[in-house]
Amino acid sequence: MEFAELIKTPRADNVVLHRPFHLAVEGTLCLTGHHLIFSSRRQDNAEELWLLHSNIDSIEKRFVGSLGTIVIKCKDLRIIQLDIPGMEECLNIASSIEALSTLDSVTLMYPFFYRPMFEVLEDGWSSFLLEQEFELLSSVTNEWRLSCVNKDFSVCPSYPPVVIVPKSIDDEALRKVALFRHGGRFPVLSYYHKKNGMAMMRSSQPLTGTNGRRCKEDEKLINATLRSGRRGFVIDTRPLTVAQQARAKGGGFEQEVHYPQWRRIHKYIERFNILQESFIKLVEACNDQSHNMDRWLSKLEASNWLTHIKELLTAACLAAQCIDREGASVLVHGSEGTDSTLQVTSLAQIILDPRCRTIHGFEALVVREWLQAGHPFQQRCAQSAYSNSKQKWEAPVFLLFLECVWQIHRQFPCSFEFNEHFLIMLFEHAYASQFGTFLGNNESERAKLKLPQKTMSLWSWVNRPEELSRFQNPLYEANSLVIWPSVAPQSLQLWEGVFLRWNRPSRFLEEAEEERINIIRYNKELQAKVNALRRQLAELETDGEVQ
Amino acid sequence: QVEQVKLLDRFSTSNKSLTGTLYLTATHLLFIDSSQRETWILHHHIAAVEKLPLTTSGCPLVIQCKNFRIVHFVVPRERDCHDIYNSLLQLSRTAKYEELYAFSYNPKQNESEQVKGWQLIDLAEEYKRMGVPNDYWQLSDANRDYKICETYPRELYVPRTASKPIIVGSSKFRSKGRFPVLSYYHKNKEAAICRCSQPLSGFSARCLEDEHMLQAISKANPSNRYMYVMDTRPKLNAMANRAAGKGYENEDNYSNIRFQFVGIENIHVMRSSLQKLLEVSGTRGLSVNDFLSGLENSGWLRHIKAVLDAAVFLAKAIAVESASVLVHCSDGWDRTSQVCSLGALLLDSYYRTIKGFMVLIEKDWISFGHKFSDRCCQLDGDPKEISPVFTQFLESVWNLTEQFPQAFEYNEAFLLQIHEHVHSCQFGNFLGNCQKEREELKLKEKTYSLWPFLLAEQKKYQNPLYNPDFSPELTLLEPNTVSFNFKFWRNMYHQFDRSMHPRQSVFNLIMNTSEQNKQLEEDIKELEAKIKQRTGRSDVVLVKEQEQTAHPAPVALKSPPCFQKEQPPMPVNDAMRTIEGSNTADNRYSELVSEFSKAEPAVVSLEYGVARMTC
Repeated sequence: MEFAELIKTPRADNVVLHRPFHLAVEGTLCLTGHHLIFSSRRQDNAEELWLLHSNIDSIEKRFVGSLGTIVIKCKDLRIIQLDIPGMEECLNIASSIEALSTLDSVTLMYPFFYRPMFEVLEDGWSSFLLEQEFELLSSVTNEWRLSCVNKDFSVCPSYPPVVIVPKSIDDEALRKVALFRHGGRFPVLSYYHKKNGMAMMRSSQPLTGTNGRRCKEDEKLINATLRSGRRGFVIDTRPLTVAQQARAKGGGFEQEVHYPQWRRIHKYIERFNILQESFIKLVEACNDQSHNMDRWLSKLEASNWLTHIKELLTAACLAAQCIDREGASVLVHGSEGTDSTLQVTSLAQIILDPRCRTIHGFEALVVREWLQAGHPFQQRCAQSAYSNSKQKWEAPVFLLFLECVWQIHRQFPCSFEFNEHFLIMLFEHAYASQFGTFLGNNESERAKLKLPQKTMSLWSWVNRPEELSRFQNPLYEANSLVIWPSVAPQSLQLWEGVFLRWNRPSRFLEEAEEERINIIRYNKELQAKVNALRRQLAELETDGEVQ
Repeated sequence: QVEQVKLLDRFSTSNKSLTGTLYLTATHLLFIDSSQRETWILHHHIAAVEKLPLTTSGCPLVIQCKNFRIVHFVVPRERDCHDIYNSLLQLSRTAKYEELYAFSYNPKQNESEQVKGWQLIDLAEEYKRMGVPNDYWQLSDANRDYKICETYPRELYVPRTASKPIIVGSSKFRSKGRFPVLSYYHKNKEAAICRCSQPLSGFSARCLEDEHMLQAISKANPSNRYMYVMDTRPKLNAMANRAAGKGYENEDNYSNIRFQFVGIENIHVMRSSLQKLLEVSGTRGLSVNDFLSGLENSGWLRHIKAVLDAAVFLAKAIAVESASVLVHCSDGWDRTSQVCSLGALLLDSYYRTIKGFMVLIEKDWISFGHKFSDRCCQLDGDPKEISPVFTQFLESVWNLTEQFPQAFEYNEAFLLQIHEHVHSCQFGNFLGNCQKEREELKLKEKTYSLWPFLLAEQKKYQNPLYNPDFSPELTLLEPNTVSFNFKFWRNMYHQFDRSMHPRQSVFNLIMNTSEQNKQLEEDIKELEAKIKQRTGRSDVVLVKEQEQTAHPAPVALKSPPCFQKEQPPMPVNDAMRTIEGSNTADNRYSELVSEFSKAEPAVVSLEYGVARMTC
């Protein structure tokens, strides 16, 4: 298919661009296969806007006489308006944008066409291999092994080719366990707590069904992570009733008769369609500037968004407590083990593991616990808060995770190497990107699409020193401790950087942030200078003595 | 003195407690826990004491303070508890001004320091700074002996054309005699903020002198003949007042006025709103939705927004239309003080400095007779007179500092400290209800002024991000008052609940770094001087030094790595960073677990290692 076929009017002049808190700008609008480009023709400071078609969430058009207006709502929650003279041009442009922003074939997406203008220093596709992770692990324990049982994705289609499992369990047993777990997602290692040797594993629900099927290998696998005489905890992200109902459909949960050493805790985390609704409601509330105080607060409440944040943080704290304080191993799962499970395991690691609070460590966490662990990014991030299609696969699961990280970040602002912009950048790229990193739903799909060969990795770009400096937190100082966030409602806040980003002027806040950075930078300069002067003085003093 | 008293964490559900000894002194209640940490509570700060039913561990005693601290003691023996309860009731209720702490507080200042302290803020000086007296405005001696209005200060500024008979006539037509006077004069726009109380208009009464008075105000503004009259009350309230012979200005009777209601609720609504807010925020195991709906039902943020909206309206009338504005409510000492002072704060950057903010409070709140004694319940009096009007003012200012982080010389701690002392009765400034009363109490001789003490420790109250050039002298600060900009002020209402705050404070870090920078600059000067002295006439080294001063950054790069070892960097950095979350006593571990076991009783309670399976 040629993109040109979809573009009936590639260019329109005298278009007026409206954005909140900006003056309207007149200029030329161009459509290419992947971008909407607006350029003001003014000589002095020509303004350009490049918008990826894949960033467009929805588009509305209306007419007043022959002047057409297109309102474009983006996946990063921005809303822009274009006034286009000429009814035909406007209709053409609107229909082109609609077609180009809803291409159904992945291989037509921009990452397959994007050619980077920068030099690749390190290929991000091979920056985070599980083998490296395992090497680190084997320096502290020999209880685990790398298994290639899934190397052709036949045992579990949503798992990566290599996984880390207890050493005592062989591949044959893993195959049997995979048959006993939903989607073949047998328990694998998610995190090893060096401090006390406890492990966090994740999986999907066991397929016990109504007649209480059991699987000896499954029991043996998870028991292998327990110290003798110690108990473990299964954190089920569904309420008990849902877990019980799941049995009728062949699913289920670990029954105590077969898992006597495990205690099960049901900590309910909302499923994806509820989250999507909540997301839509929250964005609606934030976008309406006319709400009076009561209406704003009740809309904020009705969205339930902050409740989901609190529940998720609470569940993650629970998992972290079991490991760090109770000295127990933990298995986390919900139904499929691709959404709430990953939220809990990754957030628990933010709390427990200082490494995950560095830039590189956080990238590794996203790769390991989200991309390789098979979170279906393509389904979940197909549409954002302005979608009107009622497809049921979309959900802001990853955004919710990022926001929880932000909430912890706010409470421990000096313990993270990255800043808020880093989290917002990940949110943007998960929904629309020139990079291939978030395409596909799992490693198997990515391999089939040959993404590493055909597209550029987000990490290749982010980890270049020029880019990294934008994402560094000037206040960072490594903190090797476990950080327990407060989950009291008074301690949680709306993530203004995402939800109010386009709805209020932010100049003063940005300038203040700059000033903070300046104070820190100046401090470092002064310290260096004092040290240099002291040294010079010391030299002079010794010289003086010699003479 | 009672021993073996337990202090409970207000939000803990796990009965975590500190054991220690409770002491009662003449002025304070003191609790010293086993690790010798002290908690001091001033008796004047106590708003309510409550004895809860006896439990197995003892008799619980809950003390609520006016600075929103809530402490929960458990006293082992009921008789002790009863004694403490009775003593506190007596000690926290004072019948006479002379018994307040300010009259016994002795900060070891000599008399001349005391006098100088009181002279620190000079309102005559302040009016001069604004540019009055001038061709249009003059000082009136009409109220020199408090004859016209008891609750106004002696010195009042009025239009030159307002003769004494007009003043007297107007004051008779205004509630409590509070006739229109100048509150703030905007030099560049030649427009004024004036304040008064409601007119005694009833349904049809009019007063020619009052009409002349308003006309004089509008004529005193050469740039715009029209003036606004802002009634800060909701229209319904103002109309109801007419039945009592009071009311509001009839636009037909006054020439060139535009009349406007702005709808700020009265002191009783505000009191119960705060009560509701505190009930919600004090709930244990609060869910997000209960918090948000409680916040909504309390109406607190709605009121804060209403106050700020009114101030923005006022400031814009002056800055954009150059129109003078007359502000009143019923008596003109609550809502009027809020709106006039916030309006001036938006218009004039002087009030965004530490000294300027003190002046603003002295002028619009203290001198114009905001009834601090009644509103803050300094003496045992009518509970219906209590109202958080001044707290709302501080909260509105805090909201502005959040939107304009570089516009204010002072920080949040300054606002909190002022709030603390409005209730502490430790200094004379806020005692009494008006200037006349203060003079009668001889406060300037018998007590001390708060301001010199705040200035002496002003380092603590400085905003490290403050940029004096942020807005040139008289440019308007234009806050965004869309609802989502207003936030719950956690540091005010949970100031003492440490577990709720971020465990690392960016603000403190920046403040300390900024402080350290100053010290380092000093060190550099000193070192450079020493080096200069050492090298004597050696010009070569001096040149090198100057290069370093000009380009500090490259020095850091050029310097060989070894010098780091010789001179370890200043250790201050580590001390500045405190991480409270790492302390086992501080984290919410046990609380989280018990939250689970409480919310879902059918599941595991980790704390006791006991599990009940559920199927």
